Amino acid sequence: MIRVVLPYHLRLLANTAEEVTVDVPPPATIAAILEALENAYPVLRGTIRHPRSGARRPLVRFYACRLDLSGEPFETILPDPVQSGKEPFLIVGAIAGG
Amino acid sequence: MSGVRVLAGTRKGAFILESDGARRNWSIRGPFFGGWEIYHMKGSPTDPNRIYASQSSSWFGQVIQRSDDGGATWEAVGKEFVYEGEIGTHQHYDGSQRPWEFKRVWHLEPSLTEPDTVYAGVEDAALFRSNDGGNSWTELPGLRRHGSGPAWMPGAGGLCLHTILLDPSNPNRAFIAISSAGAFRTDDGFATWNAINRGLRSDYLPDPQAETGHCVHRIAHHPSRPNVLFMQKHWDVMRSDDAGDTWHEVSGNLPSDFGFVIDVHAHEPETVYVVPIQSDSEHYPPGGQLRVWRSRCGGNEWEPLSDGLPQRDCYVNVLRDAMAVDSLDPCGVYFGTTGGQIYASADSGGRWTPIAAHLPPVLSVEVQTLP
Repeated sequence: MIRVVLPYHLRLLANTAEEVTVDVPPPATIAAILEALENAYPVLRGTIRHPRSGARRPLVRFYACRLDLSGEPFETILPDPVQSGKEPFLIVGAIAGG
Repeated sequence: MSGVRVLAGTRKGAFILESDGARRNWSIRGPFFGGWEIYHMKGSPTDPNRIYASQSSSWFGQVIQRSDDGGATWEAVGKEFVYEGEIGTHQHYDGSQRPWEFKRVWHLEPSLTEPDTVYAGVEDAALFRSNDGGNSWTELPGLRRHGSGPAWMPGAGGLCLHTILLDPSNPNRAFIAISSAGAFRTDDGFATWNAINRGLRSDYLPDPQAETGHCVHRIAHHPSRPNVLFMQKHWDVMRSDDAGDTWHEVSGNLPSDFGFVIDVHAHEPETVYVVPIQSDSEHYPPGGQLRVWRSRCGGNEWEPLSDGLPQRDCYVNVLRDAMAVDSLDPCGVYFGTTGGQIYASADSGGRWTPIAAHLPPVLSVEVQTLP
């Protein structure tokens, strides 16, 4: 199971806890996690990545294991601690005022 | 006893204020969707328990919420707003051409007859319709095919379609307004549209009397007389007596004819309300005095209404979708401010009371008169 931490606004929208788990077959990629997350919480479709282009929304960031993975291709295989569930995959709303 | 429900959209969530018909004691529910921007909420005229809300975020995009129980519970419905056919371009601030790109829903207008039908005015400017309670949305592309689209440009808030007026006497006729493109009318059930801006003058345009490009902030009409339109433009308060074919200025003795809101009394089609704002660069009331101005003769002659409103050191704004009226007698008038106040008058504007004082900046106010 992959642990995913959601930002406040998406937690509110999905009516869920700060951290959720998704079942992703190894090796887990960013794309696989997002797809599993959107399948589990359809209301999140379009909120993390653009509904048409599929690109990451500019003010959404992906972190894990103290690494900024925001600019990595979606096919990037995540670090082992994320794969094992030791560390979460963090979806973060960028600090941009508001 | 009848009641009133005020739907307030704010920068940080939605709030619902309720009172009985006396309109003296108010309760506040919310925030709903806390932290999200709620550009607009509006209830169905045929089913007051059916309420639609536009929830959006610069971070996470657009969500549409629907309630079927008067706002007690909500369901996220469809949020796919896809432009029909060739996307095309419009003018950007710098004069260059940019492709149309969906950003958010500014205004939701439920059908006058079908609770599952609702119209959405969006940024970048286009009109969408849902016939299934908001689950799916289809663009009504005739508007963007008007031909003037490449000349439309965003106002300070964006290229937004912010006003949708449905004609209760003619289901084929509707009016919309866009900043900064102007006002448009359809007479054939949304298939084709005509620009209705003759008589407007905007000195920020190369041709001040151009067919399109005018920054219309809001239009309003009385349901019993839908062809008489009132407009608050970027500058100038305007009136049309022929469904927008021609306009004439009715700013008269207003202290400033810049502003955002305009609305019409529920029972007196010639009674009109505006909130003058100092200027396009100074978005606050003249002299720091918050005043609604009322004309009882359809414009030109205006009287200030200040009883109960702050008359010193007040520098809030009243945004374009943030005024509404109820249909009780006497008519109730409501408006919200960027300072988070919602003021109500239960006597057509004679006396004002803050029914909420410390909300986030108010983006929109709608009122439901309940049986």
